[in-house]
Amino acid sequence: MRISQLFYTRGYRTFIKGFFKENTVCCQLLGLCSALAVSNKLENALAMGLGVVFVLVLSSFVISILRKFIPTQYRIITFMIVISALVIFVDQCLKAYLPQISKQLGPYVALIITNCIIMGRQEAFAAKNPVGYSILDALGNGLSYTYSLLLIASIREILAFGTFFNIRVMPESFNSWIVMAMAPGAFFLLAIYIWVFRIGAKLQPEKEN
Amino acid sequence: MELHPFVIFIAAIFTHNIALSYLLGMCPLLAMSRHSNTAQGMGIAVIFVMTLTAVINWLLYHFILIPTGSQIMAYLVFIIVIASVVQLLEMIIEKFFPRLQSSFGIFLPLITVNCTILAISLFMVLRTYSFWQTVFFAFGSGIGWAVAITIIAAIREKLRMIGDVPNGLKGAGITMVIAGILSLAFMGFSGMVSVQ
Repeated sequence: MRISQLFYTRGYRTFIKGFFKENTVCCQLLGLCSALAVSNKLENALAMGLGVVFVLVLSSFVISILRKFIPTQYRIITFMIVISALVIFVDQCLKAYLPQISKQLGPYVALIITNCIIMGRQEAFAAKNPVGYSILDALGNGLSYTYSLLLIASIREILAFGTFFNIRVMPESFNSWIVMAMAPGAFFLLAIYIWVFRIGAKLQPEKEN
Repeated sequence: MELHPFVIFIAAIFTHNIALSYLLGMCPLLAMSRHSNTAQGMGIAVIFVMTLTAVINWLLYHFILIPTGSQIMAYLVFIIVIASVVQLLEMIIEKFFPRLQSSFGIFLPLITVNCTILAISLFMVLRTYSFWQTVFFAFGSGIGWAVAITIIAAIREKLRMIGDVPNGLKGAGITMVIAGILSLAFMGFSGMVSVQ
């Protein structure tokens, strides 16, 4: 098979849809709480992004395998139990191996449970589709969430602390812009990110304000 | 130093607002703030469910999970409690208060995935609050969230009458900007009480 043919396969399209066209943060507007809250430093954003990718891929895998056995009226609670079990695992791993980051993230790791990206992908995709495509879909969505987080975090970290992955990049005379590390900076930068992304990807504007 | 529950209450509304300084509950804040009356309905539902689940979770955590040494299961227990409380409330409202259904009941299913509700239970564990501290913290946070969504909805309604917002910024983008300005304004309250 030639490489160009790869772009027309269903698997590739499933992946790229979540990865770019329907970017979780910009278009589906899911998972915004953690996107805003943990994007103050790159290391936090990276840990959070990888945590979400891990939980999303594994829960999609499990739900997709079990999709024929889960009764429709109890599906939400089943999803929640699977997701919380995985999140407990991620939380314990972070506590054991990266205690510093775990402390900075605080309750936001546990809040992956109510992160709407994960619930949304189970409900919209994994509960209806075969295992392989579900994993690709989960990967696409999880990675688009991660790169959005990293982009916002890199700008915020440089402006707020003058560092990039804890390495100083700004000159010593640079006054750190503390508001960028706090809530308002997160709101403004996410607004700008959504704006730029929507223009760049030529998305349909929303109908009303 | 033991914090007075009332101090926690004021801090949860103004200085440490759950929406504007902890950045939680953003999805419903964006989705439900189109019109003032839906925003108010959602706000009241959140206040109610938040207080109720925090109390139940505090009791479960201190009287069942700690004695049996199974704190590791806390997340699972909390989320199941929240889901079942919401389900129960929905049934009760449908059966006994059908008039509340249209103004209050329709928001309940959305609350299960509202991260503020789970966050309150997690904060209460992290900060080792006592029973009354938890009650006031949950109630105050609920009010704080409701205040935030009501103000944002009111601004969005006015904006629609006058505004010509750039295409890419329509909807979510401009709401983020409004929330950012509001959060800057709420930073002015800092120093009123100190909790940390």
